[in-house]
Amino acid sequence: MNIGEISGLKLGKATRDAFGMALKELGGEFPAVVTVDGDVGNSTRTEWFAKAFPDRAFNVGIAESNMVGVAGGLAAAGKIPVVSSFACFLICNAFDQIRMSVAYPKMNVKMVGSHAGISIGEDGASQMGIEDVALSTALPHVVTIVPADANSARKATRAMLEHNGPVYLRCGRIEVPEVYGADAPFTIGKANTLNDGKDATIIANGLMVGIALDAAALLAKEGITVRVLDMHTVKPVDEEAIVAAAKETGRIVVAEEHLMAGGLGSVVASVVARTTPVPMEYVNVGDTYGESGDPMGLLEKYGLTAEAIVGAVKKVRSR
Amino acid sequence: MSTPDLAKLEATAKEIRRKIIKITTEAGSGHPSSSMSATEVVTALYFGGFLRHNKSNPRDPKRDRFILSKGHAVPVLYSALCEAGYFTFDQIMTLRKLGSPFEGHPNMAKLDCIEASTGSLGQGLSLGVGHALACRLDGYDAHTYVMSGDGEMGEGQMWEAIASASKYKLSNLTLIIDQNGYQQTGSHAEVLDLRPFDSKLKAFGWETLVINGNVMSEVVDALGKLKSIKDRPTCIVSQTKKGFGILPVLETTGDVNYHGKPLSKELAEKALAYLA
Ligand SMILES: Cc1ncc(C[n+]2csc(CCOP(=O)(O)OP(=O)(O)O)c2C)c(N)n1
Ligand SMILES: [Mg+2]
Repeated sequence: MNIGEISGLKLGKATRDAFGMALKELGGEFPAVVTVDGDVGNSTRTEWFAKAFPDRAFNVGIAESNMVGVAGGLAAAGKIPVVSSFACFLICNAFDQIRMSVAYPKMNVKMVGSHAGISIGEDGASQMGIEDVALSTALPHVVTIVPADANSARKATRAMLEHNGPVYLRCGRIEVPEVYGADAPFTIGKANTLNDGKDATIIANGLMVGIALDAAALLAKEGITVRVLDMHTVKPVDEEAIVAAAKETGRIVVAEEHLMAGGLGSVVASVVARTTPVPMEYVNVGDTYGESGDPMGLLEKYGLTAEAIVGAVKKVRSR
Repeated sequence: MSTPDLAKLEATAKEIRRKIIKITTEAGSGHPSSSMSATEVVTALYFGGFLRHNKSNPRDPKRDRFILSKGHAVPVLYSALCEAGYFTFDQIMTLRKLGSPFEGHPNMAKLDCIEASTGSLGQGLSLGVGHALACRLDGYDAHTYVMSGDGEMGEGQMWEAIASASKYKLSNLTLIIDQNGYQQTGSHAEVLDLRPFDSKLKAFGWETLVINGNVMSEVVDALGKLKSIKDRPTCIVSQTKKGFGILPVLETTGDVNYHGKPLSKELAEKALAYLA
């Protein structure tokens, strides 16, 4: 399987690469931006900013809790710290520091997690952030963004710096197809409609957006038309778009590269249940850890495929 | 315990290095250089009579434990366990492939002879403190060895564990710091210099030994000496080189850290020839 193949998308850069390049490009325009790293800047791509602005880049070593605390202090002193690590080490290892030193005091800290999801591949479960969205969205004040492709990640990086307050930006390791052109629309909290249809809505984010477009193409061949929403912001979520989808298509499938608990599916379900109850189905990692393997093989094994989304759409329509 | 046969241990270490190269090159990813700095220590533990382990009952409560806190170096552990007869070579050649229990980082839920699921650095010594406390409570004369990286010592949890081991005078616990001088983004000196480790550990109430951890006789001597310490936890500061055993081959790449990448097929052939 190749993501985006069915819908004819061409492969683009990884979202972590797009973030890294954007951060470096924006360094001059945002002189308050500094980076705080935990010995993985060559993985999160903050090293590109660090090479361009060496005085504004700090590497505190393998010490994520301290890294986030330092970012909290920098923010309190007026800087815009961009603190990054693998999604799991950043969000899980430093969770109480994020809670106390960033979220609670509303510090202007930008948290960037790379290597999110099971598509990181061979390194296996210990390096896979699949609970990060649940944790970040649990915290009041924290904006959570999961971009679908490189163009969107580039726009999200600027939006994140312009936003005043804590943000979590979730990036992936592998190259993903280009869902957007260079003019990708990106407003925090505003979903993008990528395809329209009347039989159901697929709400997705991250690399599942490309897969959702593949599913939409497969369904179209069978005469089933679906709306595809890129819900890049999980918090604050676009309630209006969710309510409209529920009213106008009557069925919703949520697809994400995350655990069932606490992810985009949970967030959408809570909106739907409160405002416009309609049948829903979910495509996600479920309630289990990942493992080592090649990225595409893992996505297939864990059911994160266009075929799985097609199955979920048919199931939700039969209810 | 009889004195270990150094020549035999050295030959075993060489064979373990060959396996590390073969399985990571086959996998196309992994951390061979981090595995090779640790090879003498792991070899001495498993084959020098220090680690009492039981192949037919790997979770025997009376066993000694080896916790690989720097979990990314797991190719050295799989290779040693293969050499010790736990697995066939074909089995460990499935390293990092979908469905294989030989995952990129140790997973104790899939393999009984793996003592801890690691890969998020900084957590292994706390687990070791737990094992050591439990063994003492149960009256077992079992020893727990934990290996960390020098970069990994940047994690605050390591120092919390060091303090608690000292509080409980865990003489049945040994920390081996694989001081290979490098971490992911540069040298230990550049990223976060925590040296000297021995005086810091001493200040926390530990007994320490500083050795060249790529010299088998020094490793064997240190492991033997520390057995006689009965009133406090012990630490071996194991000064090593990342990629030791094939250094001249790695030097041709211009990358002396060679962190987190396998050797190409070509380079692997050269390295295997060098280790012949
Ligand atoms: C908590 C955590 N942060 C970051 C990483 C990513 N990482 C993997 S290996 C490594 C460097 C380890 O350096 P060191 O402990 O010196 O081990 P070496 O490879 O040199 O033996 C890093 C930063 C990780 N695995 N866990
Ligand atoms: Mg090291």
